[in-house]
Amino acid sequence: MADVNRGQRPLSPFMIGPYYRPQLTSMSSIMVRISGIVSLGAAVLLVWWLLAAATSDGAFAFIDGLLRSWFGDLVLFFATWALWYHTLGRLRHVIWDFGYCFKVETAEKLGIGMFVGATVLAILTAIVV
Amino acid sequence: MRYLTDRKRAVGLGSARTGTQTHWQFTVRSIVMVVLVPLFVFTFGAGLGGTREEVLAYFSQPFPAIVTGLALVVGLVQLMYEALEAVEDYVHGIPGELARVAVKALSYTLIAVSLFALVKIAL
Repeated sequence: MADVNRGQRPLSPFMIGPYYRPQLTSMSSIMVRISGIVSLGAAVLLVWWLLAAATSDGAFAFIDGLLRSWFGDLVLFFATWALWYHTLGRLRHVIWDFGYCFKVETAEKLGIGMFVGATVLAILTAIVV
Repeated sequence: MRYLTDRKRAVGLGSARTGTQTHWQFTVRSIVMVVLVPLFVFTFGAGLGGTREEVLAYFSQPFPAIVTGLALVVGLVQLMYEALEAVEDYVHGIPGELARVAVKALSYTLIAVSLFALVKIAL
């Protein structure tokens, strides 16, 4: 395999910034990743709360008080938004994977739909819960 | 003089290997999440905001316990792969490998802890 170039192949550069103007399609896609990682962080709080409930009154009182303070409410609201947004964003990827909605205008509409949908669902969650 | 055929040169370059399976499983979980996330948000949300006795009574019922367990197992696996994908894109080499291990360790620990808590509450 003398003439095969292994391990020295060029990698694609980081596009956003120098080569690629930020726009709705790319920003809504990056937000999917960020919202997913935020959701993973929020899961730590929920699992902590669940474990505390299973453990003792003292442990539960601490984390329950934290989550039900105004700051906890704020954190949970944004976490809920992130989880809804992430779910809708991944649904958009499923739609793309199945070969639909590739036109830029349609993809941009889906992006707006993700922002609006997540916001409506988060507010609905805050009202119901 | 080039001794290798074009095909031989191409083998192994850009192959997806297990990536196809990983991608398809990601797609499947994405579809599952569309059902599971609404179920989880409203079921878990209904359990928040009571005294400890109320919380224990709520999560010892079959439906809230099963929905929470399912959402935390499937959902955390999905979010784990989301985070792994981010690590693979931005962190390379040994730090990248260690970051992948950390993400997996955190995710599986969260799953194990939540299952322990649910079992303790429900049984």
